[in-house]
Order: sequence, then C-alpha cells, then structure tokens
Amino acid sequence: MLSVEHISKVYETRRGPYKVLDDISFSLARGRNIGILGRNGAGKSTMIRLISGAESPTTGRIRRGMRVSWPLAFAGAFAGNLTGLDNLKFVCRVYGVPYKPLVPFIAEFTELGSFLREPVQHYSHGMMTRLAFALSMAIEFDCFLIDEAMIVGDARFHERCHYELFQKRKDRSFILVSHDPNTIRQYCENAVVLSEGRLFTFPSVDAAYAFYTETLERGPPIRAKEV
Amino acid sequence: MIANGEISFFRSLAIQGRVLHALLLRELITRFGRDNLGVLWLVGEPMLFTLGVTTLWSAAGLVHGGTGIPIVAFAVTGYSSILMWRNATTQCGAGIEQNKPLLFHRSVLVIDVFFTRIALEVIGATSSFITLSLFFIFLGWMPVPENLLMVVGGWFMLAWFGASLALLVGAGTAFSPLVHRLWHPIAYLLFPMSGAAFMVEWLPKRLQNLVLLLPMVHGVELLRHGYFGNVVRTHYDIGYMAECCLFLTLCGMFVVREASRRIEF
Repeated sequence: MLSVEHISKVYETRRGPYKVLDDISFSLARGRNIGILGRNGAGKSTMIRLISGAESPTTGRIRRGMRVSWPLAFAGAFAGNLTGLDNLKFVCRVYGVPYKPLVPFIAEFTELGSFLREPVQHYSHGMMTRLAFALSMAIEFDCFLIDEAMIVGDARFHERCHYELFQKRKDRSFILVSHDPNTIRQYCENAVVLSEGRLFTFPSVDAAYAFYTETLERGPPIRAKEV
Repeated sequence: MIANGEISFFRSLAIQGRVLHALLLRELITRFGRDNLGVLWLVGEPMLFTLGVTTLWSAAGLVHGGTGIPIVAFAVTGYSSILMWRNATTQCGAGIEQNKPLLFHRSVLVIDVFFTRIALEVIGATSSFITLSLFFIFLGWMPVPENLLMVVGGWFMLAWFGASLALLVGAGTAFSPLVHRLWHPIAYLLFPMSGAAFMVEWLPKRLQNLVLLLPMVHGVELLRHGYFGNVVRTHYDIGYMAECCLFLTLCGMFVVREASRRIEF
C-alpha cells in the first residue's frame, strides 16, 4: 500500500513562496493503478517526484509500503564519460542487484549493441531514452511511476515500452501521468485530476475526463498561488 | 520489513553501504576516467602538488638553517596537511551540484555524496603522503618519523577537521551558492595561516595566540611533533581541536539534514 497523506509542496520563487500542491491525500493498493490528469504546470511531475522520494514534501508524509520506482526513464543521472554499462552497474549497485544477468536484456531492449560500452556522451537522444527506460525495467519494483512525457520516441519504441510495462508487468501498481486521453483510458482503472494544486477524485475515468476537459476549457492558464 | 513504510536500522545501514560503494566507484570513473593513469590520479594529483610545493619551498629556502628541520620533510608534512582539510571541502562544495541527478534515486542521500567525496580525498591525500614520505626516506632526504603514533594522531585530527568542514560547506551550498563561491577565497587566505608553512614557535607571541585559534594549526603541530620529535618546540591543544571538530561536525550534520529537504529538481 502506498499512501500519500496531506502533502503540500511549496517552492521558493523570486516572487516569494509558491504552492504547487495543496493538501493532497490518496492511497494506492498493491496491484492497483491510477492515472493523473492535469494541464501543463498543474504539478503532475512534482507529485511524481515527491512520491518517488526524489524530493520531500513541505508538509505531510508519504508511506511506501511497497517498492516504488524512480520516475521512469529518467536520463538525468547519466554522466557523460560513463558508458551505458557503467550506468547499469551504478543502478544495480544502488539497488543491490547483480548486473551481469541483466546485460542481455539491456542490450536487446536498447538495441545499442557494442555502443553499450561507449561513453554516454556519444549517444543520440533516442539512444539515451532507450537506455534510461531499459534501466528502469532492470530493477523490479512493485509500483512504477510513469510520466509519459519523459518517454519520447518513435512508435516502435512506444509499443515496446507499453509491452514491457503493461503486459509483462500488468500485476504491478503504477501511477501514470499522461496528456493522451487514450493512454489513460486504455491502461488505468481510475483517474484523478490535479487542478490549481488540488486533487479531485472521481468514480470513473470518464468522469475524471469530463472534469479535466472542463478545466481545460475554463480558460486562463494556471494562476500563481502565492502563499 | 517495509510493511508501513518504515525500515529497520540495520536494513538502512545495508542500503547506505550499497549506495556508498556505488557512488565511490562511479565517482572514481567520472573524475579520473579510464584513460592513461585513470584511478591512480587519485594519488597522483596530490603527489604532483606536494612535489611542486616541496621544490618551490626548497628553492626559496623557506626553512633557515639552524632550526634543525629538513626542508623536504617540512614541506611534505605541511602541504599534505593542507590537502587534508582543503580538498574534501572543495569537493563537497561542488558535490550537490554535480551529483544532483543521482539524488533522484530515493536511497541516494546528500550525506552519501559527501561521505564518498570525503573518503576519496582522505584516501588520496593519505596515500600521497605515505608514498612521498617513503620515497624521500628511501632517498635519505627525509628522516624517519620519531613517533609514528603521534603522526597518525595528527593526521586523524586533520581528517576529522576536514570532514566536518566539508559537511558544513557542502550542505551550505544547498542554501546559497554563495557558500561555495566564498569557500575558495577563504581557503586561499587560510593557507598561509594554517601552520603548513611555519612552526608556531617561529612566530611572535601575539601572533601565536591568534594563529592557535585555527583548529588545523593544532593538528599540523601535533603531526610535526610526532615527525620531528623534540628538535623543535611545538604548540598544540588537541582537546581544543577536538572541541572545534565536534562542534563543526554537529553543525555539519544539522545543515546536511536541512539541505536534503531543500533538494529540488
């Protein structure tokens, strides 16, 4: 069980404190999943970072009763002069998993071949994304945090990602952030909407969509919520 | 074990061990690469610095005849102690900035980044000190230390001082980049006052008291007392230095905890 209890997140800006998330609570049972809808800047990615534990909430707490992944396909942790393999080794050491058995999967999924032993700074953007996604799949988690905007690639890559996540790991929990209505309809049991720092829950994905469309139409972009 | 999101102390310790191991190996490659000497630069770099300074100081005749102190040993002990308190702090000052993406992994903490960098600097400076000392002793340019235990004691105190300062400065950068910017001039100004290039005994009384306010001076004096024995009169109060280090460590720990809450991407 993952439970998010009354979390708020305030960022310091040049114009003073700015509240991105305001008293948000929800929980996710093992094996269940949820989609998060919200317009640009609604705080979806912030929420993913808080749940992953990369950042701490300003108030409130998050209990992780299962193994929660880092935000999927995060490529920022790659150091240019490390090879793809070095990056795999690093992640494996941090999570206490032997890396050798994973090399064939990584090589196959990323289609990098011998480039796996080249410094990451020589990789193309696509190669980097494939490696980042493959590393996220190398460690087994109970709950995956997926920000679809981070998984950019061609149709074939998307198909393969979806297969890895939603077919091979369909018994796992996940939290999916996406702008694409179809993705959330297709994979999520339920959806919530983030709007103006608040979280709105609904009985069904369709109801969430109806509300989300309404917030989109409501007009002016997100107001600054000064604290 | 993780039933309600809490994990036991020993499990946390095991995780931290894993993370430190991972960071240590990663840091070695990102810093020194695999080309030419590779990881050996960890020792090579401080050795080159110490050798250069030793040459300069010898040429300049920094130690006048009659003090009974061989210049090579004076320079090696002096510059090595600078490395001990300065480099770890400089490395930690850039630690959060350079390793921030790694903090995306929940189990990688700010303090792990600092521990890794401190450990690397201490290992590098210690190996450089030992290697150079053995080399010069073999050539007959440096005497054998009079009291090895005291040398080790002084070395340990300098490492502690360096580590506590590194935590404080490193974590301080999470509050303001000014901390890292100010550290460089401060380190530069502290160099001539740190006791590396003089013995406290050589200073006028009034200056002695001032200089002895700086904790690292006590460490260098202890180290040299151990190295040269009673050839020269040394001034140090290890109790005072330990108090300073303890105070700095506690402050450092506190600031590190606050810093980890401020990490933002």
